Amino acid sequence: MNAFLNISNGEKLDRRKIPHLAFADFRENALEIMGKGGKVVQFFAYPDGPALKLLAVLRTDRLMVAGCDAPESYPSLTQTCEPFHLFERETAEQFGLRPEGHPWLKMVRYHANYRKAKDVFGNQYKEDIPGNYPYYQVEGNEIHEVAVGPVHAGVIEPGHFRFNCIGEKVLHLEIQLGYQHRGVEQLFQGGQAKRLPILAENIAGDTTIGHSLCMAQAVEALTGVQPDKGARIIRTIALELERLANHIGDLGALSGDVAFLPPASYFGRIRGDFLNLSLLICGNRFGKGLVRPGGVRFTLSDEVRSTLDQRLKELKPQVEHVLELLFLASTVRARFEDCGRVSPADADHLGLVGPAGRASGLAYDVRRCFPTEHYGELGIPENKKTTGDVYARARVRYDEIHQSISIIQSLIGSPVETKTVTASDFNLAPSSFVVTLNEAWRGEVSHALLTDQDGKILRYKVKDPSFHNWNGLAMALRNTGISDFPLNNKSFNLSYCGFDL
Amino acid sequence: MFSVFKNRFEQGYRTCSYPKEKPPVFGRYRGKPEVRQDAPPELVERCADACPQDAINVGQKKIDMGRCIFCGTCEQISQGEFVRFTGDFEIATAQKEHLLTAGDLPDLAQHSKQHFKRLFGRSLQLRQVSAAGCNACEADLNVLATPFFDLGRFGINFVASPRHSDGIVVTGPVSRNMKTALLQTYEAVPDPKVVIAVGSCTLTGGPFTGSPEITEGLDKILPVDLFIPGCPPHPLTNLHALLRFFK
Repeated sequence: MNAFLNISNGEKLDRRKIPHLAFADFRENALEIMGKGGKVVQFFAYPDGPALKLLAVLRTDRLMVAGCDAPESYPSLTQTCEPFHLFERETAEQFGLRPEGHPWLKMVRYHANYRKAKDVFGNQYKEDIPGNYPYYQVEGNEIHEVAVGPVHAGVIEPGHFRFNCIGEKVLHLEIQLGYQHRGVEQLFQGGQAKRLPILAENIAGDTTIGHSLCMAQAVEALTGVQPDKGARIIRTIALELERLANHIGDLGALSGDVAFLPPASYFGRIRGDFLNLSLLICGNRFGKGLVRPGGVRFTLSDEVRSTLDQRLKELKPQVEHVLELLFLASTVRARFEDCGRVSPADADHLGLVGPAGRASGLAYDVRRCFPTEHYGELGIPENKKTTGDVYARARVRYDEIHQSISIIQSLIGSPVETKTVTASDFNLAPSSFVVTLNEAWRGEVSHALLTDQDGKILRYKVKDPSFHNWNGLAMALRNTGISDFPLNNKSFNLSYCGFDL
Repeated sequence: MFSVFKNRFEQGYRTCSYPKEKPPVFGRYRGKPEVRQDAPPELVERCADACPQDAINVGQKKIDMGRCIFCGTCEQISQGEFVRFTGDFEIATAQKEHLLTAGDLPDLAQHSKQHFKRLFGRSLQLRQVSAAGCNACEADLNVLATPFFDLGRFGINFVASPRHSDGIVVTGPVSRNMKTALLQTYEAVPDPKVVIAVGSCTLTGGPFTGSPEITEGLDKILPVDLFIPGCPPHPLTNLHALLRFFK
């Protein structure tokens, strides 16, 4: 019998009901769950009065939670269980708690810790990022390093990539992020209620709906104000439109990276058409302004519904034809196949999520496993590939594009009635905890919210799927030609700002 | 090969004819705000209180488009009696104070620096620096390269090196961790150079206002020539700004 408590996605829990264990028991129970195929959803520290506590949300086919008092230093869980790797580093950075024996204890986002404790990394934060840190070094004859970023050649987010190569072969890729750090979690904790939805929308603009849903569901759990069926349907449509725009854009960019330009141009344009469908519903191409706690701000009027229907009818055959063009081209397959392989064993070891995980044999999809909104009624099919290469990551998107179009078409067939909500103040239940999960286009997004005895936000924790997957990209690059980096990078297409917060 | 031709035929010609004609934008799009000066003070107060960005100037009955993220909360509350967002996407300004508006924006072309038009009117190469936003501004700058907008036809391109560029386009609220890289990129651009600030974050800190990790306004650290508001600015807003300011 494990000491962790079973919970549901988006369930309000009195904080006193969270099992509070001694650290040794917490560690042992967590590792037991992980040993049976468990994965980390959340692992973070939070202050509770003068005390500092740790809390973990793990998943198998269920969600489970437990906590403990946070020791100043503790035997690292990462030593035996890799999925804790970044979570432990993050906790060390945010609260100065040292995981002893952590295999690679380096900073995550480069900022001073929240409680002014002694810095685990020995940084003063007067120097620029990465501060007191020598990059990982490979030594030997003919070893050379390639350093890229933070400012890249294209119109993309900043991050630093350090390749250790022998000839053209990459032995190791070190990814240093943190350049986009804006202090999002701290803003959530200090902010007024009216700013919460705005912050959620701007964690990662390409995942506006994914993060907004997590925020809204968390607030809804702690206020008891639930969205009506119509609002749930509109939010589901919005999340699928977001998935479509991004997956289509990714496949276009992948095509461009193997120098097959027609699909790159067509999908570049078609991606815009899907962004415009989000604008059709809510006035913003990224879905900003649509989701609010308690529902949505815009209805699906008959006029909007029929325009949406008509546009999808026009776009569907175009999308199918360009997909055919891309996937039937032998030159494309030759470049996609066997490139940047992440084995199912490695993916499982790292705890990859979303399309990157599904491409490597991990079928996990929040829409199917812990459904929210209207997904419980949709019957999302299991979708996984086993080859773990660029082709598999592209192919997962191919399948999901078809699914998402059918999902939206099935939902707009009949009128969707809903009441709109106006942004307003709300009071959160005191001394409560909730964790929410949603399958955004990159995978599992999760927010956790804890309130104090006055109903104020004690801790707001955000986790973007990229937090799990950046190490997957580093793994994919091992023993791969450095010229295949852009293709592999695009096949993951991870978020910098979602990671950096 | 047949499939390539078939698709090419199906796709047809997609480039919009802007600036000759304005392409239609769906009705719920929120562009330039129009503020009614006869709105009752009580309503103005209520809108200002609800504004998540505190972008409403109650005394002057104006909206600060630099802070505004065009969420439409004030329009919804006042039901258009105080603020109405029009479909007009041509909202960039050459001076920061012009962002505080009741709906009457000065013509951008009249306020652009004339030597810029002479220098860059026929060819403008830009280096984009992403500095801690949410990546939506970057995404809607990127689409300018797609066939629908086809920025290249105007002689404007995004280039890889600051050494090859005539200026920088900055997005995001310039985090502490990105500040040095941004300033070094600016220094690497040869004179004379332009600085274009894109999006609410870059203009004022936007949704991240109040965080010690960011800079509240790019103009505090660099001389900004062109301000493009929005969260993110619509691609047509960006396109209008570039064409009207430099052409």
